[in-house]
This record gives sequence, C-alpha cells and structure tokens, in this order.
Amino acid sequence: MAQARSRNSRLRLGIAEHATGMIASVLFLAPIVWTVLSAFKPSQEARLPPLPPWPTTGFSVENYGTLNTFGDGLWLPAQNSLYVSVMTVVFSVIVSVLAGYGFSRFRFPFKDLLFVVILSTIMIPFQSILTPIFLVLTKVGLHNTLTGLVCVYVTLQLPFSIFMMRNAFDAVPREIEEAARMDGANNLTMLLKVMLPLVWPGIVTIALFAFLGAWNEFLAALVLMTDQSKFTLPIMMTALQSGRFGAIDWGAVQAGVTVMMVPCLILFLLLQRFYIRGLMAGAVK
Amino acid sequence: MTTIAATSAPARPRKLVGAGRRQWIGLLYVAPAVALVVVFFIIPLGMTAWMSLHNWPLMGEHSYIGLDNYWAILHDTRFWNALRFTGLYTVVVTIAIFAVAFPLALFIERPRRLTGFYRTSFFMPAVIGFASASLLWSWLLNVDSGLFSPAAFDLGLTGKKFNLLATFQPAFWSIIAMVVWKVAGFTMIILMTGLQSIPTDLQEAAMIDGAGPFARFRAITLPLMRRTLALALILSVAGSILAFDQFYIILRGGPRNQTLTAVYWIFNQSFVSFKLGYGAALSMILLAILVALSTFQLWLLRKPEGVD
Repeated sequence: MAQARSRNSRLRLGIAEHATGMIASVLFLAPIVWTVLSAFKPSQEARLPPLPPWPTTGFSVENYGTLNTFGDGLWLPAQNSLYVSVMTVVFSVIVSVLAGYGFSRFRFPFKDLLFVVILSTIMIPFQSILTPIFLVLTKVGLHNTLTGLVCVYVTLQLPFSIFMMRNAFDAVPREIEEAARMDGANNLTMLLKVMLPLVWPGIVTIALFAFLGAWNEFLAALVLMTDQSKFTLPIMMTALQSGRFGAIDWGAVQAGVTVMMVPCLILFLLLQRFYIRGLMAGAVK
Repeated sequence: MTTIAATSAPARPRKLVGAGRRQWIGLLYVAPAVALVVVFFIIPLGMTAWMSLHNWPLMGEHSYIGLDNYWAILHDTRFWNALRFTGLYTVVVTIAIFAVAFPLALFIERPRRLTGFYRTSFFMPAVIGFASASLLWSWLLNVDSGLFSPAAFDLGLTGKKFNLLATFQPAFWSIIAMVVWKVAGFTMIILMTGLQSIPTDLQEAAMIDGAGPFARFRAITLPLMRRTLALALILSVAGSILAFDQFYIILRGGPRNQTLTAVYWIFNQSFVSFKLGYGAALSMILLAILVALSTFQLWLLRKPEGVD
C-alpha cells in the first residue's frame, strides 16, 4: 500500500519535472523556431505580426530573394563571412598546433614568460585596443581587407586555443615519441604523422570555437570593414535593419537572421561534445 | 672579421646538438603565435597608452597634450553616465542570468530521461551570435511587425500597441530578457561542471545525517562550488561590462541616449567623432577597471588554503 503510494508520488514528481523541462525548452527554442518559420512567409505576410509563426498564405522563399536585392546582396556578405570564418579556422589551427607543440615538448629561453603573456591577453578586452589595431592594419596595408580581419580574429583565438593544444600535447605519453624517434622521424614528421592523429579532438574543439567566434563577431568587423563590399553578414544585416537601404523589410531580416543562425546551430548539433569539452577544459582549469 | 665569424658560426651549434638545437627549434614553433600577439595585441596596447596622451584626429597631425585627455574625462558627464549605466546593467543582468542558470543547472545535472534533449535546447541560444540574437529580438520587440506588442494587444492586455523600445524601463528589461535567453544556457553548463565535481557520497552522507535539501545545498553544494561560481561570475561580469552589440543593434543607445554603455561611448568618440586620442584615454580607464576586477576575481578563484 505504502509502496504503491510512493511509486505514485514519484510518478507525479516525474511528470511535473518533465512538464517544467518541456516548458523551459519551448521558451528557449521558440525565438529560433519562430524566426526560421516566419522567414518562409511570403513578403506581404512577413510584414505582419508573426501570429501564428508558420506561413498561412503559402510557403515561399521570397524573403531570401528580397534580402538579395539590398546593398551588395546576400551572397557577397555571406561569402565574406564564410571566407573570414574558414580562414580564421585554418590559421588559428595551424598557429596554435605549432605553438601548443612547442610549449609542450621543447625547452627554450623565455618559454614560461611567452606562454603567460599569450594567455594573459585574454584578460585585456580587445574592445579597448581597436583604434590602434585599425592604425596597425593601415600601416601594414591590410586596412579594409578580409585578410586583416582574419589576422585580428586569429589573434583573439590564440589564448584559448594554445591553452587547449598545449594540454592536448601534454597528455600524449613521451614513450610514443621516443619510439618514433628511434625509427628516425624528425620533429616535423613526428608532429604531423605521430602527434596529430592523437590530438585531433582538441583540434576539432579549437576549430569549432574559431569558426563560431569569427562568424558571429560584430564590433571589430563594424569598425574595421568600412567598405560595403567587405561587410560580413552581421554588419550587412545591421545596416539593413537600421534602415540604411530604405524602409526596413522585416521579412528580409528574418531571412538574414536565419542564414546567420543555421550554420552555428548545425555545427553545434554535429560537434556538441567537442564544444562542451572546450567549455569544460576552460572551466576546470 | 665578420666573414670569419659568419663562417665559423655554423660549427658551434653542431657541438650542442641535442640540447641547444632543440631549444631554438621550440622557439620556431611558437614564433608565429608570438608574432601575431605582438603585432595585434602588445603593440596596440602600447599604442593605446601612447595615443591617450595626444590630440589625435583621424586626418592630420597629432600633437602631444600630456594628461589633458584624462582631465577632460573628469568633466565628461556622458562618459560617467555611460559607466554608471554599464554598472547597473552588469549587476542586474548577472543576477538575472544566475537566477535562471542555477535552477537549470540543478535540473539537468541529475540524469533522467530526456536530459540530453533539455540540455541541448537550453544551450541552443548560446551558440548563435550576439548580433544574430539582437537582430532577432529587434524584430520580436518591434511595435508593428514584432511579436510581443501585437500579441499583448490581441490578447487584450494593452489598449493599444505598446512600444517596448520607446521608454527606458521596458527597453532595459527587454534587453535583460534577451541576454538571459541568450546566455543562461552557457552559464548553466559552467555551473553543471561544478555540480558534477561534487562527490555524491558527500551528499549521501549528509542525507543519512538528516540534512534537508536546502541545508545540503547551503552546506555542501555552495562551498564546494566556490571556484566554479567565481568563474561563471567572472565570465558574466566581464562580458556585461563590455556589452555593445545588443545596445547598438536593438536600441542604438536610445531612448534618449540612456542606454549608451562604456564601450558604446568609446566607439562613438573614436569612430563617429574620430577623436582617437580621447577614445584611447577612455579605453585606458575601461582597461584599468577591467584589470582591477579580473585581479579581484582571480583572488576569488584562488585555490582554497590547505587544498591542493
């Protein structure tokens, strides 16, 4: 009797818990789903309040077409964003794998000092040094170029990704290297053939953070990219939303926000455990 | 003489193969990273300090003016207003984030069916950018084409469509709601790692001793999570002090310039008015505040005494 009652109350507790969980999930997911669905409304309908969120007068991709007619269109800023993000991934991976390996496996003068200096840049907000960065880029001829933006983004990634890669290399047992060295492998082949396959989870993590960081960054792109043909998606969309291209078309805003969100969401869902791993590594430190 | 030195030099390292050569190779590996940090971080940092002592327009010559920029800041009421607003925002949003993230962390930390789904959906807004989230909410908050005002009107809650972004209070709380939605999942994961590091036998022992859930939370969970809490606090405070995107995109500093944050004011001075020297001096102040806060928070993060 008592057992049945306790099972009953546990069941009720379970239902209450799952109801809470479901309501909270809906609250967190709703704005995203709402936007993605509303973007598929025909242009006329997209101007009205999104009640209900799904298209009622027919499914359409008109908003994406409209978005493409503003300024330099949708493709150019999307390409710029993709180029900047991919390049940031490539270069931050190369630079931090080399540096992580160097800091983990070699002894050289000023090693600890250099490591501390690189890590401590995380304490200095880049927002406060944007003006000089702007002047430095002008000096080296990278003013208003996507390459210049990539350099800044890679630098911003370095403290986190070098920290991650050094830990990843530290975790590889030295015996593996000694065995390879007996077989006559030099430093670089050792790194490429022996070490890389062992530290790839760390590489995926830093690549993911680099991509999301570059894809979503706003202030530096706003300040450094003054030429409209160099705008990344967030800058182009903000220009559109501020009415720079005439009356604000909210349908186009929904379409643009969808284009900005979907790559992040897909990458996160595919690589979730690497993302959480990165957060944990940062948190446990 | 120089030629002799040059020709005889290569002979030297050969003796030291092993230690000496390996050393310099290590330096080569870290060189690209060091070069980037020097060019795009250390030099700009030095330049900020240098520029703050100058009258530095975008075009034309700059001139040394000593501490004049800093004296001007003392009388710049709009900067102090921006700083005060940034402080208010930081305190309110941090409390709000923790008030949402802590219950969520406790909720997802216990394994049950669907935990993975809940965790993922709470976390989803954290992976989209602040700019995307701000654009999204600027639409939801729009008085005519958005969601909240028309929905409240349709439900009969308001007599006419209420513009949430026209006055300070509703605009401020709308931003708080948006930021909590965007950031709570992130803070939740950080807090969850802290919760998971608490040994379960400790909780069980306390339960056997008759401690209720609230007593256990206060006596075990909170003290053992001090470092994690401090970390989540650092991330939230530092992020909020540097807030810019949401105030620029959703409110453009309005209504009536009441939501200009510190970074926003620096942005205006440097890149709208092009007073680069003055902007640099403002940056130095912001930098000093953040470094002081980080140092204080690192002290909070220190390992407890007697524990390794």
